[in-house]
Amino acid sequence: MPSVLPLGDPAPADGLLPAQAADGAARRAFCLYVHIPFCRVRCGYCDFNTYTAKELGSGASQDEYSGTLNTELDLAARVLRDSNLPDRPLATVFFGGGTPTLLPATDLAAMLTQAESLWGLEPGAEVTTEANPDSVTPESLEILADAGFTRVSFGMQSAVPHVLKVLDRTHDPERVPQAVQWARDAGLKVSLDLIYGTPGESIADWEASLDSAIACAPDHISAYALIVEDGTKLAAQIRRGEVPGIDDDDHAAKYEIADARLAAAGFGWYEVSNWARTPDDRCRHNLAYWRGDDWWGAGPGAHSHLGGVRWWNVKHPAAYAQRLATGVSPAAGRETLDAGTRQLEHVMLQTRIIDGLRTQDLGPNGRKAVAGLIADALVDPAAAFAGTIRLTLKGRLLADAVVRRLLED
Amino acid sequence: MSPMARTAPVPAATDPAIIRNFCIIAHIDHGKSTLADRMLQLTGVVQPRDMKAQYLDRMDIERERGITIKSQAVRMPWELDGASYALNMIDTPGHVDFTYEVSRSLAACEGAVLLVDAAQGIEAQTLANLYLAMENDLTIIPVLNKIDLPAAQPEKYAAELANLIGGDPEDVLKVSGKTGVGVEALLDKIVRDLPAPVGDPEAPARAMIFDSVYDTYRGVVTYVRVVDGKLSPRERIQMMSTRASHELLEIGVSSPEPTPSNGLGVGEVGYLITGVKDVRQSKVGDTVTNLLKPAAESLGGYADPKPMVFSGLYPIDGTDYPVLRDALDKLKLNDAALVYEPETSAALGFGFRVGFLGLLHLEITRERLEAEFNLDLISTAPNVVYEVTLEDKKVLTVTNPSEYPDGKVSEVREPMVSATILAPNEFVGTIMELCQSRRGDMKGMDYLSEDRVELRYRLPLAEIVFDFFDNLKSRTRGYASLDWKADGDQVADLVKVDILLQGEQVDAFSAITHRDKAYSYGVMMTSKLRELIPRQQFEVPIQAAIGSRIIARENIRAIRKDVLAKCYGGDISRKRKLLEKQKEGKKRMKMVGRVEVPQEAFIAALSSDDSKDKAKK
Ligand SMILES: Nc1nc2c(ncn2[C@@H]2O[C@H](COP(=O)(O)OP(=O)(O)OP(=O)(O)O)[C@@H](O)[C@H]2O)c(=O)[nH]1
Ligand SMILES: C[S@@+](CC[C@H](N)C(=O)[O-])C[C@H]1O[C@@H](n2cnc3c(N)ncnc32)[C@H](O)[C@@H]1O
Ligand code: SF4
Ligand SMILES: [Mg+2]
Repeated sequence: MPSVLPLGDPAPADGLLPAQAADGAARRAFCLYVHIPFCRVRCGYCDFNTYTAKELGSGASQDEYSGTLNTELDLAARVLRDSNLPDRPLATVFFGGGTPTLLPATDLAAMLTQAESLWGLEPGAEVTTEANPDSVTPESLEILADAGFTRVSFGMQSAVPHVLKVLDRTHDPERVPQAVQWARDAGLKVSLDLIYGTPGESIADWEASLDSAIACAPDHISAYALIVEDGTKLAAQIRRGEVPGIDDDDHAAKYEIADARLAAAGFGWYEVSNWARTPDDRCRHNLAYWRGDDWWGAGPGAHSHLGGVRWWNVKHPAAYAQRLATGVSPAAGRETLDAGTRQLEHVMLQTRIIDGLRTQDLGPNGRKAVAGLIADALVDPAAAFAGTIRLTLKGRLLADAVVRRLLED
Repeated sequence: MSPMARTAPVPAATDPAIIRNFCIIAHIDHGKSTLADRMLQLTGVVQPRDMKAQYLDRMDIERERGITIKSQAVRMPWELDGASYALNMIDTPGHVDFTYEVSRSLAACEGAVLLVDAAQGIEAQTLANLYLAMENDLTIIPVLNKIDLPAAQPEKYAAELANLIGGDPEDVLKVSGKTGVGVEALLDKIVRDLPAPVGDPEAPARAMIFDSVYDTYRGVVTYVRVVDGKLSPRERIQMMSTRASHELLEIGVSSPEPTPSNGLGVGEVGYLITGVKDVRQSKVGDTVTNLLKPAAESLGGYADPKPMVFSGLYPIDGTDYPVLRDALDKLKLNDAALVYEPETSAALGFGFRVGFLGLLHLEITRERLEAEFNLDLISTAPNVVYEVTLEDKKVLTVTNPSEYPDGKVSEVREPMVSATILAPNEFVGTIMELCQSRRGDMKGMDYLSEDRVELRYRLPLAEIVFDFFDNLKSRTRGYASLDWKADGDQVADLVKVDILLQGEQVDAFSAITHRDKAYSYGVMMTSKLRELIPRQQFEVPIQAAIGSRIIARENIRAIRKDVLAKCYGGDISRKRKLLEKQKEGKKRMKMVGRVEVPQEAFIAALSSDDSKDKAKK
């Protein structure tokens, strides 16, 4: 998650939630996100809340981390109960980072076990961890699978050495197919993350990366356009002219290439940046974000959402550990969304996924905008006539503009 | 000699014989206000602890820019050979846009100190202001200033000055406003050489209004020079042009702070307060007389200054329109040269077409509106006024290019100026080339001295009022100076160039240009807009056209990507805030047909790149 936290209302020390959080909860899936804020080195483009030091202060160092996190899980169970939320088993669990697999697999397993003991897992629950290709071994993957993990998402980014170099990625591209094979052998589903539009990446480079990802035969592929985040090393390099800048037209061309190649290889899009081999291979945890489901985000800087109440934890691992050590909720701020804001978010999120947005969920102005969106070939006409706003390929590339037009007042 | 007068002559009881009225005139920056500082100090009217540089430049904008915009009159005592005198000094602006301030000041004086920077020599406004003073029949005291500067060439420029005015180079005083050297001698010379005012003390009062200023605390303050008779506190006075009468609530002199007095007599300069709220009731150029004993004939007035360039002023936030209207009304109170009327632009909404004396005047007005009234404004590219005769003989005055009639034009006349350029003779060639390219007609050339030349041209106002001076300066390494004044009009081959976005004409970008320059305007504007307008979801052609003929074209390619690839770890709040910000941003967009044009693009397209430095001459 980005290093800068949003501005919101203060969150209470006991973490208790406003009544709104419980409304209709029984009808929504409940998920868990676990943030692991450690990496071996920081990639030049990355502004996630992650740290390369092993020692971050009491309770926040890598070897104490799983214990600290489990304290938050205990607090979470208490808060949910005291805020009158119904007991719900977890539909998905997602370990993200940072690099979760920098911790011993047994630590990840311990956190999952703790979550399971507090809430239980739905039958067929999806349990994912992100991983760097060079931070896993056949043994570690085995341990994860045994502990109940079902899925691993590798940060492949590119198959081309000079592109990986600009991205500061340290792994050997040869390592990716190997890691995928180990994961498969352990019985895990596999996803690969790719980044396109890196300065210096040619169209041929991008095609090579796509082909190489497809050749690994994963179940799922995410392809992200490189975002140059303020304050990153990459942003400074571009500003100083050491590295060329990024270009939206290049991004658009590469997105179109990705969609075509992935479709030809049997992957269908289901969210602007995500493709899956079958509907069953879609990342349900990722979809929970777009569908407005409930999730608890544990770990420093993690974001949570329950029934239109959003909150986020303090950012620094030391501050986070300190709060938990003194029995105080790590929440730093929160927002209780009113009906109008929830409606706006609904349009903003639902439009990005293949389910699409029901036209009946739009205001009068939004409905008026639909004809124009069809005329501009941004939404699928047949779906629109059947009552659903679903983006075309061109529409996916202009999704934010589509949302603005749907929300015009 | 004891310079500071022991007993200052009392207003209303001062014999005209001991009064000396003078103004300081010069080219811009030659040091008028700094010399005035030394006079304020030497005569003791400003105490050392209160002194600050350019004391009389009181407006914020004058201090920020280091130039004088409004004339200021100050009464100061001085003693010579044991006798006390009352001096009225008027510091004037040097910039060509404010020449009318100088003419008004001259009418209140018998003499003028013609100041010349001893490192620069005679420049264009030196000549212009000298000629104005001569037309007013004033006695001229030539003075070289800044003799402390290492680069000063007092001997050389004394000769130039003597040449110009007639007289002996020996008689040219040499001073430094910075160090004060020679200023006492100058004050003595003013007393000795300038004639005392003459008038009939027994006659009905006649006082010339030479300035009228609105002050929030005191209402309208009117500055006068009494020619005949006497004005006294509490009496009723009459404005001769309107016959309106008012009670004199306060009368006094500026010294330099307002000091109420027992009246004002023949030859005296001071101020009146009558309680009127609008300067138009106390008009510059009008004559004040006694209501009970009115004068038969008024003094000659001044012509109202004529606006030379027009520009549309629009509030960026449309709801600020009433604020802008009130703000213009207020500025108008102190600025007779400001004229405006409401206008509407399809692209910019409601605003005003405002007439100015020149670009500096425009810039200063705009800056004051923004600073003093907290407004954000867009100003459209300035233009001059055209007189268009239609085929049916109807005559239109066009102050806004978008009102230029389509077709059926039989004749267009454009305003002309006569310009004077002074420069070292090595630059004559390049200056002639420049004037030629600006459709200039050479009227004459004189050597002011061995190496300094005066060139006289008749040129279209539109050719010199915008970037001519910049060009001139850069071609002459800063050595040339320029002065100009209105000089009739002429028929010209002019066309209107329109700018179209996706086929829709954008009124704010229309321009009237000479036919030969239409193409370069079209190319400049279309390429500028291509850089400034963000890409839209569809392709946007930008065209420049004369009537239906396209003369230049650019294209903004359609945007292909507008989506954030990733939503980090469930931070939906960040994404929503971004969306809300974009929606807010959209409110600041102006729609031209379907094309969204950000305000910033309008501002940038309409402002010349370095207009800030430009206006300062
Ligand atoms: N060295 C030196 N500098 C001077 C002297 N007199 C004025 N200056 C400088 O010249 C610049 C212009 O001085 P001003 O007194 O503002 O000139 P001005 O003629 O009143 O200018 P405008 O009112 O704008 O026409 C300032 O930077 C002064 O400090 C002088 O005698 N010697
Ligand atoms: C937390 S990281 C994944 C796990 C692991 N740390 C790694 O990098 O391999 C999640 C993914 O976000 C993507 N990502 C990170 N920063 C990005 C950026 N600035 N622009 C686009 N994608 C980015 C990368 O594809 C990355 O794999
Ligand atoms: S490894 Fe992943 S989380 Fe860590 S710095 Fe690189 S991209 Fe960011
Ligand atoms: Mg001055």
